[in-house]
Amino acid sequence: MPTFVRRRIVSSAIPLVVVVLGVFCLARLTGDPAKLYLPLSATPEMRTEFLARNGFDRPVLSQLLDYLGNVFTFDFGESLRTGQSAAGMALRAFPATLQLAGTTMLLAIVGAIVIGSWAAYRPNSVADRIASLLSMTAGSMPDFWFAIMGVLIFAVTLGWLPTSGVVGGPEVWVLPVITLLIRPFGVLVQVVRGSMVTALSAPYVKVARSKGASEPRVVFGHALRNAAPPVLTVAGDLTVGLVNGAVVVETIFGWPGIGKLMIDSILQRDFAVLQAAVLVTAVTIFALNILIDLCHALLDARVRQVVPA
Amino acid sequence: MSSTSTVALDVEGLSVDIRTPAGTARAVDGVGFSVRSGQTLALLGESGCGKSMTAQAIVGLLDPVAHVSDGAVRLDGTDLLTLDRAARRRLAGPGISIVFQDALTALNPVQTVGAQLAEPFRIHRGLSRRAARKRAMELMERVGIPDAGARMSAYPHQFSGGMRQRLLIAMAVALDPSVLLADEPTTALDVTIQSQIMELLRELRAERDMAVVLITHDLAVVAEQADHVVVMYAGRVVEAGPVKEVFAEPRHPYTKGLLESMPERVGRGTGLQSIKGSPPDLHSIPGGCVYQDRCPMVRDRCRTERPRLTVVDAEAGSDHSAACHFSEELAHA
Repeated sequence: MPTFVRRRIVSSAIPLVVVVLGVFCLARLTGDPAKLYLPLSATPEMRTEFLARNGFDRPVLSQLLDYLGNVFTFDFGESLRTGQSAAGMALRAFPATLQLAGTTMLLAIVGAIVIGSWAAYRPNSVADRIASLLSMTAGSMPDFWFAIMGVLIFAVTLGWLPTSGVVGGPEVWVLPVITLLIRPFGVLVQVVRGSMVTALSAPYVKVARSKGASEPRVVFGHALRNAAPPVLTVAGDLTVGLVNGAVVVETIFGWPGIGKLMIDSILQRDFAVLQAAVLVTAVTIFALNILIDLCHALLDARVRQVVPA
Repeated sequence: MSSTSTVALDVEGLSVDIRTPAGTARAVDGVGFSVRSGQTLALLGESGCGKSMTAQAIVGLLDPVAHVSDGAVRLDGTDLLTLDRAARRRLAGPGISIVFQDALTALNPVQTVGAQLAEPFRIHRGLSRRAARKRAMELMERVGIPDAGARMSAYPHQFSGGMRQRLLIAMAVALDPSVLLADEPTTALDVTIQSQIMELLRELRAERDMAVVLITHDLAVVAEQADHVVVMYAGRVVEAGPVKEVFAEPRHPYTKGLLESMPERVGRGTGLQSIKGSPPDLHSIPGGCVYQDRCPMVRDRCRTERPRLTVVDAEAGSDHSAACHFSEELAHA
């Protein structure tokens, strides 16, 4: 196991370096930072002074080395808007996104396992067809449209739920979570169903029944673990999508997460904060991928076998 | 072949229908036989003749497209087909058990073999994890897996084909069933391993006084292992009886054809005979005898009247029977 973990971390370090360099290029090579940061009316003296103050007048290589040093110490400079540390702002916004994404995925996975297994238990039954139709609809629902409709119906017309914000009881979670949940849930139900249909028709399921195992034991004890790998992979992808795509939902619901921070930073040319936010998100996604690989290894011994080099 | 032991399994008029896009087909048609404790009955036939379907109907593990449409399956006198699901589950393991053909897919790839071997004890005996594990280890030793203690936490893919089949057999005999079905247990194995597995089954049968139903297409295995044989063709029993009598004097042209296609029985220099043609499509089984299209001695009567399974030689006191109008003609042939 430790060998497996080590290899996995080493192999994901390389793309992470690429992301770190990519963030550097984004900020420096897309144009003159002074033009991006300073107002159009700025004088040439102001520009020169700005470049010198931020080290932009130095050779690119030395800027890169500085930048790498800063990444290691997690120092992205100060926000232009607030003057606070950019890294601090990104890290403070991140838990709100993680909570939202985590709650959503937990509900989506548990719900999808129940509904998907139920549909797979009797393929082509009425229950299966209803589940398939509904999950297909849910899986192809545009979240921004659903969010706006949700606000319109439940917040504006019926007044049951708040339109936005995070102040208040659990009711503030309802619309954001449902909006984020609906597509991953629909997709996952289909993956669970497909995977479970295959698993339930495997000979070892018959063997389990021949030992007198109860149906819940057969479905959840024997078939589910075999059906899990594709579900895990897709769930991981969807979680990455949630962390990235939180931009839309966080903006609509005024959720103070990293998505909203990124949008605000882009609109206000707050590059230091944007860089920090992108990097925090990237590291999270890499960590998530390693976590998913570890789960695969835990579920199936065949994955753990390390091929001798 | 003592008749003092009790009848453990008695199958009577068992029929299985399967739903297919082309309509309902009768895959098993009125199959009947009985097996005594400590004896082996071979269910012999080529692929698709309904022998596996018969076995799955007996243990209640038919695929959803198939269902038992008629008949009785009596285990120690109780008709399994009249029991509810919970009652059948209670008998699955301690009463009747099955060994499947492909041990790689029959073992759960993501569970340790120890957990899988312990499962029968956990389900039926309510043993603790530790106690069930101990029983599982004893079982593993019994079926001849070396270093059982260490291999309890290994996974199926870490075992050889022969060892996997031993594990599957161990699981099936865990709770001393009165009837053990073995569905082509050696088909996927090479010859030396085959004989070891058959030897193991024989030992376990004697040791636990089980009735064994051996499903096979291998005539040599039948000759070596079984006391009685039931020959199936297109879902029906065409001939049944003590192996020695049936093999010495087959009274159905299909059985005769099968035996003539066995290299061991045909002398050197003689051409090997094969049965021409192929079994009928289950959707369009002809009226009369199922074997009419391939039978070398077919007559008009075979096309209209279905032959019943009848005892061929009532005076001999044997239960050797055949479903052929002209089985007399095969006597002493």
